[in-house]
Order: sequence, then structure tokens, then C-alpha cells
Amino acid sequence: MTLLEFARGPAWQASVLILIAGVAWRLVAMILLRRRPQFAAPRHGLPQRIGGGARTILTRFMPRRAFWPRIAVSVVLSATFHIGLGVIIFGGAPHILVIRQFTGLSWPSLPKGVIVIVSGVTLASMIALLLRRLNHPVLRLLSTADDYLSWLLVFLPVLTGMLLSGETVGGYGNLLALHILSVELMVIWLPFGKLMHAGLVFAGRGLMGMNFSRKGAAT
Amino acid sequence: MNSAPPAAKAIRPDDAHVAKAMHSFLADIGPSSALAMDSCIHCGRCAEACQFYVQTGDPRYTPIHKIAPFKQAYEREMGPFAFAYKLFGLTPKISAIELMQWQELLYDSCNMCGRCSLICPMGIDIADLVEQARHAMFVAGMTPPDFLGLLAEKEQVTGSPFGLTSPQMRDMLHDIGAKYGVVMRVDEAKADIVPTLSSIDLKTYPSSMAATAKILNHIGANTGLSWTFRTDGFDADNVALTAGDRAGQRKITLGIVRAAIACGAKTLVMPECGHSFTEMRWEAANAYGQELPFRIVQITELLAEGLADGGIRVNKAPQTATYHDACQLSRRGGATAAPRLILQSLGVDLHEMEDGGDANWCCGGGGGVALIKRAQPLRDKAFAIKQRQVEATGADKVFISCSGCRQTLDHGGKAIGWTREVASLLELVADNLRN
Repeated sequence: MTLLEFARGPAWQASVLILIAGVAWRLVAMILLRRRPQFAAPRHGLPQRIGGGARTILTRFMPRRAFWPRIAVSVVLSATFHIGLGVIIFGGAPHILVIRQFTGLSWPSLPKGVIVIVSGVTLASMIALLLRRLNHPVLRLLSTADDYLSWLLVFLPVLTGMLLSGETVGGYGNLLALHILSVELMVIWLPFGKLMHAGLVFAGRGLMGMNFSRKGAAT
Repeated sequence: MNSAPPAAKAIRPDDAHVAKAMHSFLADIGPSSALAMDSCIHCGRCAEACQFYVQTGDPRYTPIHKIAPFKQAYEREMGPFAFAYKLFGLTPKISAIELMQWQELLYDSCNMCGRCSLICPMGIDIADLVEQARHAMFVAGMTPPDFLGLLAEKEQVTGSPFGLTSPQMRDMLHDIGAKYGVVMRVDEAKADIVPTLSSIDLKTYPSSMAATAKILNHIGANTGLSWTFRTDGFDADNVALTAGDRAGQRKITLGIVRAAIACGAKTLVMPECGHSFTEMRWEAANAYGQELPFRIVQITELLAEGLADGGIRVNKAPQTATYHDACQLSRRGGATAAPRLILQSLGVDLHEMEDGGDANWCCGGGGGVALIKRAQPLRDKAFAIKQRQVEATGADKVFISCSGCRQTLDHGGKAIGWTREVASLLELVADNLRN
């Protein structure tokens, strides 16, 4: 079995299994906790509360005007990185092929050159975020090994993907295997660390939005 | 229910105190707080919303860092991967000395104002987690051993942070009525409306109690609704809440609920006090164990409602002023519009503060910080933001709907030689009623 066959076969299956089991475990552990009943009369009915949850999921992408002067760097860098990732994953032709293979869904891809440029910008924003984390007193205090490991496990797929698109080093087969394996490492780590925020962000914002809308409070 | 812990006494903490604190914190955790603790991405934005970090640059004041020991305990003891944390020793147990160091972070440098909750991109209600952590600190006897702790302890024993008894309260109310020439209704058997009081008003702003009575008499004359103060459940101040004393908090809350039920109240009115509104509006029914047979409104909401439906009629009082939003009323309480409607009805030219409304900065005294003497230098730094905000409006009068904020602005203003007047919105309405 070649490295590529390993990456596409057992490694892929194992990583997806670990992802599913890990996420399920994490969600079940959370959902099974005891809920406190709320007896206070809500300010708003259920439809408005659900609306509040949905609204908060969207509005937290764009911080309030009052906060911008102090968090602009953080917002711009993280938005660049996240949007870049989205463009690479959903705009790159090979990724669309993989998605079609699993779901049957397909859409036109972006030109390879665009994906390379976006990958470069994404990597640059990730490096800037890392440097900021290493230098900002608040971020240094808050950071744990998970932050750096998660950063690395996202950085590697973007880097290998970019190298792959240019077939610059190591030959296509080996680079592709490394790229797939790096993605699998990220997938395996996702349920155990901060990468899980890819899903929790919607749950957290939605729940806060519903709770605060119940009180008529600012979301 | 636990008896009064040694909140006000200086203690020498040991591992047993830490265990008590962590046990209490973990017992409070439900799906939403677990989600909150699992979600943090360590982006640090919450620091930029916190007056204590912004004014000092000290990273320890980063809001989410204030619950760090408790988050560690959650990960090690209760989180989805607790077994791995224990097996590999990923999060060491916190020592008693370390936890005592967190006292300053949880009490002196947090107003529980919720500005951090508003900025968090993950939707973590950090203020709520701090409240949960304060409960734990109180159970372990780690509340600041000064004014805040003393008041909470006295409140748990007597129902009032100043140790006032019902007869004393009754006398004080009648004295206030006589002094201000207002008919005081006290301990009447039946009433439609029951207003509650704040100890700060009793001690410092008795005029606000007279204003409450004057307005309720006016509403009564216009609508036929009856009202009464009740001395069997009167003190809404609930210092216990800010100290983290759940047993005391519950006792005060249920006292007020029972008093309102006893006289068949349809409306319970919370005074000009931020956190007392939060507690009664959202927690009283939970403490009671079922829906309440009356509604709860903050006095500002009652005023806005009365002005809208004709129960309150006022003369115009044209002037230029700004309005300070109490965090628990506006951002966290949903009563942001009510004071503005009142000011508009009175013809006040409102000069909004920059970031006024839901994103407003705390005065620095909220969440019991005003009751911690050693926190004053830090509080003053937080107040400097409020000073800049107010001065930038150009208004020489600040209206407020929270006695705690009023006191903080009064004291802060005095310290810097302000000539600006800090005034109660309730009293403004009372002074301009149209008979």
C-alpha cells in the first residue's frame, strides 16, 4: 500500500470515525447535563426568541461599532483567515470533486491561480495571528497548547495544498498524500480541542441569542 | 440550604475551601455554561470590552481569565474529556493561595456588567459565569472580608444589609412621608401595586422613596389602582446576589415574593436599582418554583407605561441632559427604551453619550464593587471612562435610573470636583407631575 493509498483509504476512514465519535461524545456530555427550569415570564414569545438566536448567529460576525476601535486588527485578521479557508475549501476544483463524490453536489470552481493567491493570503493572516498570539499580553496569558496545536493542524493543510497546486516540491503523489494526511490530522483533532468551535460557534451564539431575547436584553 | 458562611471573616484558605468552591461551581453547571466553557477560542476580545483591562492594561483583568480556575476544574472533573485531563495531569489542581488571588479578579475588578458578553464572538455570557464563580467563592468563605461581605452576612440574618427591622422600616417610611409631604401607604392588607425599596435609597436618597409614593398616589388618582409598601419583604437591594450568597439571595427574593402575594399584588415594582431588577425579574420565579401570580417591572418601565397610557401625566421640563444606562437595566435587562421615552415626554434635550444605550460603559461601581473599599483605586480608573463619556456630551446634568450608579457618580464626581448634577429619573417625573 502506497502512502497515498493509505491516506485515501484506512487513514481517511479512521479519521472520519474518530471525528464522528468525538463530536458525538462531546455533544452528548453537554446535552445530558441537568437543565434548570425557567419560570420567569419571558418578555418575548418563542418565535421571537428563535429569531433572536438566528440573528445573534449572524450579527456576531460583525462586532458592534462601539467595539471596532479596539478589536479591528483581531477581527480583520481572523475574518481574512476564515474567509480564505472557506474560499479554498468550497472554491478549489479538487475539493469540489471530493464533495461531489460524497454528496453528489457540485458547483463551478474558481481558477487555480485565484486559489493559490487566496491560500497565500490565508497563510499570511495565519502567521500574523500566530505572531499576535505570541506577543499580545492578553493572548499570551490565555493561550494553551491547544491554541498552538490547532493553529499548526490548520496551517499544514493550507500550506501543503498551496504547494500541491504548484507541484513545486516532492512530486504530485507524495504531496497529495501529505496534504490528505494533514487534513486527516486536523479532522482527528477537531473534536478534542478548539477546532470544535467550527460547530460550537453556532450553538453558543444561538443559545445566547435565545436566552437574551427572552429577557429583551441586547444580543 | 447552607447557613451563613464566614463571608466577612478573614480566613486562611486550605484545600478544603478549594474543594468546596469547586464543588459548588460544578454543581451549577448546565448545558449552557458547559457550552460556554467549551467554546472559548482565546481570542482575547473580551479584554477590550472590559473597563478594568482597558484602563490598566493588566491582562489579568481579561474577563474570561477571571474564571480560569473554575474552567480548569470543569475540564478536569466534569468536561467530556475529564478522564484524559486526569490521566495525563493536563490541568493541575489549583491551590488555596492561588484561588484567593482570584478574589480580586472575581470581585474587585468585575462589575458583572456584561459588556464582555456582548463582544464575545462565541456567544459566551462571561458575566453569568462570574456570578457562578462568585457563588463558589462565597460557599468557600472567600468573599472579600470587608463591607460587601459584612453587608451580605447581615442581610442573610435580618433581611436587610443595614439590619433594619420591619418596625424600623415602617417608621422610616412614615418619617419620609412627613418630611416630603407625601401620603405613604405602608403594610396595607390589599394593593394592586407593591413597590420595593433599595437600602441605598433609604440611607442616601430618601427623596426617591417620596418620589415613588408621589407617583403611585398620582397613578392611583388617575386609574383607581391601589398601592402599598410592605415591610415584611421590602429590601430589594439583594447585596447577597453580588456577594455570591445564594442562600441569602433566595431568602431576600422569596421574602419580597411572599409579601406581594400576601396583599394580592398584580404588579411588583423594582426600585431604581440595576441588579435587584435582574434578580427579581429573572430569578424570583425560579426561587419560588413556579410562575409568579404578579408581573415584575422596573420603576422606569412603569413610568414609561404610565406616560403612554395616561396613568401618569406630566408637565414639560425642558433642559439639556445626558442619561447613564445602568448595565443591568439596559444591556442586560431590556429596559433601554423606557428612560428615553420618559425623557422625551418631559421635553428633555437628551445628549446621548458615545456608546450610550446597550454598549454603554459601566460606572465602575456595579456588581458590588462599590462595596469593596480596597477596590476604590481600581474603581476610580473605571470611573474615568464614565467621566470622559459624560463630559463629551456637554450636558451639565446626568439622569440615572439606578441608585448604585447614582452613588458611584456622586462620589466619583465629588472626587474630581464635578459641577454636574447627578439626578434620578424617577424624581424628575415626580417633580413634574400634572395634577
